[in-house]
Amino acid sequence: MQTELILSGFGGQGIMFAGQVLSYAAMDAGKQVTWIPSYGPEMRGGTANCTVVIADEEIGSPVVKNPDVALVMNLPSLDKYEPLVKPGGMLVINESMVDRGARRDDITVVTVPCSEIAEEIGSIKMANMVAVGALLSGLKELTVADVEAALNAHMPGRHKHLLPKNIEAIHKGYEYARAHTVKAKG
Amino acid sequence: MATLMVPENLVYERPHSFTDAPTHYCPGCTHGVAHRLIAEVLEEMNLTERTIGVAPVGCAVFAYNYFDTDFVEAAHGRAPAMATGIKRCLPDHIVFTYQGDGDLASIGMGEIVHAAARGENITVIFINNANYGMTGGQMAPTTLPGMKTTSSPDGRDVETQGYPIRMAEMLATLDGAGYVVRRSLHDPANIRKAKKAIRTAFEVQERKLGFSMVELLSTCPSNWNLTPVESLKWLEEHMLPFYPLGDYKVAPAVAAAKI
Amino acid sequence: MARELWEGNQAIAEAAIRVGLEAYFGYPITPQNEILEWMSKRLPELGRAFVQAEAELGAINMVYGAACTGARVMTSSSSPGISLMMEGLSYIAGTEVPMVLVNVMRGGPGLGNIAPSQADYNQICKGGGHGDYHPIVLAPASIQEAVDLMPVAFDLAEKYLNICCILIDGSIGQMMEPVELPEMRPVVRKDYPWAVNGAKGRPRRILTSIYLDPPEEEKTNLRLLKRWREAQEKEIRYKEYFIEDAEFVVIGFGTAGRVALSAVRAARAQGIKVGLFRPITVAPFPYKRLAELARQASAFLVVEMNAGQMLEDVRLAVNGSIPIEFYGRLGGVVPFPDEILSEIQRVAKAKLRADSDPIADWMKRMEMIAR
Repeated sequence: MQTELILSGFGGQGIMFAGQVLSYAAMDAGKQVTWIPSYGPEMRGGTANCTVVIADEEIGSPVVKNPDVALVMNLPSLDKYEPLVKPGGMLVINESMVDRGARRDDITVVTVPCSEIAEEIGSIKMANMVAVGALLSGLKELTVADVEAALNAHMPGRHKHLLPKNIEAIHKGYEYARAHTVKAKG
Repeated sequence: MATLMVPENLVYERPHSFTDAPTHYCPGCTHGVAHRLIAEVLEEMNLTERTIGVAPVGCAVFAYNYFDTDFVEAAHGRAPAMATGIKRCLPDHIVFTYQGDGDLASIGMGEIVHAAARGENITVIFINNANYGMTGGQMAPTTLPGMKTTSSPDGRDVETQGYPIRMAEMLATLDGAGYVVRRSLHDPANIRKAKKAIRTAFEVQERKLGFSMVELLSTCPSNWNLTPVESLKWLEEHMLPFYPLGDYKVAPAVAAAKI
Repeated sequence: MARELWEGNQAIAEAAIRVGLEAYFGYPITPQNEILEWMSKRLPELGRAFVQAEAELGAINMVYGAACTGARVMTSSSSPGISLMMEGLSYIAGTEVPMVLVNVMRGGPGLGNIAPSQADYNQICKGGGHGDYHPIVLAPASIQEAVDLMPVAFDLAEKYLNICCILIDGSIGQMMEPVELPEMRPVVRKDYPWAVNGAKGRPRRILTSIYLDPPEEEKTNLRLLKRWREAQEKEIRYKEYFIEDAEFVVIGFGTAGRVALSAVRAARAQGIKVGLFRPITVAPFPYKRLAELARQASAFLVVEMNAGQMLEDVRLAVNGSIPIEFYGRLGGVVPFPDEILSEIQRVAKAKLRADSDPIADWMKRMEMIAR
């Protein structure tokens, strides 16, 4: 069993960290996992993405052309990855940063205003964790509890005070997503 | 004769830091003098057993044949880098490089500048004889303006071949340099001064006071096409005005140590 | 020890430290900066040697000096930097002192790019620097494998008085995987009979790569060759997947090998009897095992992130007995599993000839891709 995810957005949106949080959770759940960043010359502002592969056996390719799940945090990412998601897969869209909806109906689409929800919690920086929560709503391999435990276990001490907000963001994203999911047709 | 060979009559002998290898240097070349001064200092400071020398590429490529210390042979110009690697792994040992002007001031410019800038606790003995000796007398970065060499047959033309580099002055500008001086080997008085400087340089290293270098103006009779005596005179007349002798860097800590 | 999520470059650096690395000398170059940065923090706090050199030339010659003292020493770099180090590597090989080199390949030639590549296989495996010598080259395909090979690399370097290279690319260097690191071992400076560390109570030692007398140099060359032949006999490592009943064998090292694993699994799911052979020692190369596999399989497919450099070694091993096909991506492009899957499907169906030119055929197919 192997699940492949691509997370994409602007540099600075916390995409890499979101992927790492999922990777920690998968590792702690006893699974094999790879996390690989895209190479871009830009540190901030450009498109950044990472690929996460979660599996029960030795992972072959850490790079994926057609992911089971894509999380897109901005419009260029939506344009790039919507066509690439495997039929029957899932697309999570950060509604706050796009001006259009999904065009495909053969994939499950979750549309969440991550930035707005994050601002309600008190920090726009939590948008990535809202997105992680939304993603978990459709991911069989990991539960919200897995990710909570991983954050608790691996967040560096100096960031531990941010833990409650991160967990709140994950829950908010998860709940919102469950109410705003359009299942794949057929 | 036998009565002469008693210790009381001994005025000159091979330093114990030397092996008994016969010299390969050309007659009249001052490399031998420089070698001897180093060997005397190592012996006087009792450093022979914990010194590692780094030989260059150039006439002194076989320097390791003469010193009774551990030795390594570096790639051309890289002696200060190799010495750095040794010193960082053996910080309480004495590490010195022995380099010519092509090795140090041309191909090895990066290594020497950065070893000095890091304040690497090594000692560099720099032989400046204004040409590439081993390869047959080509122009070196230290070749004087107008000086004829096998690769500047009409004399060094500074318009097309650039100007000589004064290494002691250059390295003295670096904060990591503890002791940087220029001496000459053209007469006994200067040789004595050179030895004193070499002694100070090793003392600076022993006391971990930073990078030390002694530049020694030297002769190359074979490639200068002069006799040994003419060479000494040529050095005095032509090199001294261009490469003034002196202490270019004596860091405050070195001065305070009153070596 | 528990598994932790590590970035490849950092895990490699920490593994080296834990198995007794005493000194590191390096120079920044992407995509291996995290090794240098990790060393810059860890080594000084452990009281060990770290220098950021003025260039790769300086770095490799510092390694050379440190190696001469018998210290466990390494450096790391990426393609253009490795080119600069070639001078020192040749001297180190010629002086017969041990060192470890982590070589994180990127796209080239020239400045190229910073994307993962395998285009420096020939450079490192076939010598690179001047003179007759062969570094030992290990090509891990995952971070755990790279970590597990770090103590092996030092042991091999010290056993064979040679350079041992860990050959990876930027993707292994910069990805993250769960890793179990070795326990911290105490540093033990071995008292080698050749090390320069002060001639106290023993005759002086000289370490050099100069042998002006050609018969002496020839003796040295033969001594190096003898050690190399011994490594060829004793140190071959590889990993096989689905080989037992394989009619076709895919061969790839490092990242290309692990990407191929995904393709081989997908092909197996379609009923194609294909296996994967992943060399771990690419130098010495597992010629014998591939010759055996050539008697079992009806065709090989070599997959690389270069223009067929390891392919030449596979062709030597097979010696014309079965057809070999090639699929490569160049310039920093990492192949996706589906590209390799379609190559496997093609190889399984096509009538192949053992005397065909795999590069010419592949170039024709590449024209389709490039278009």
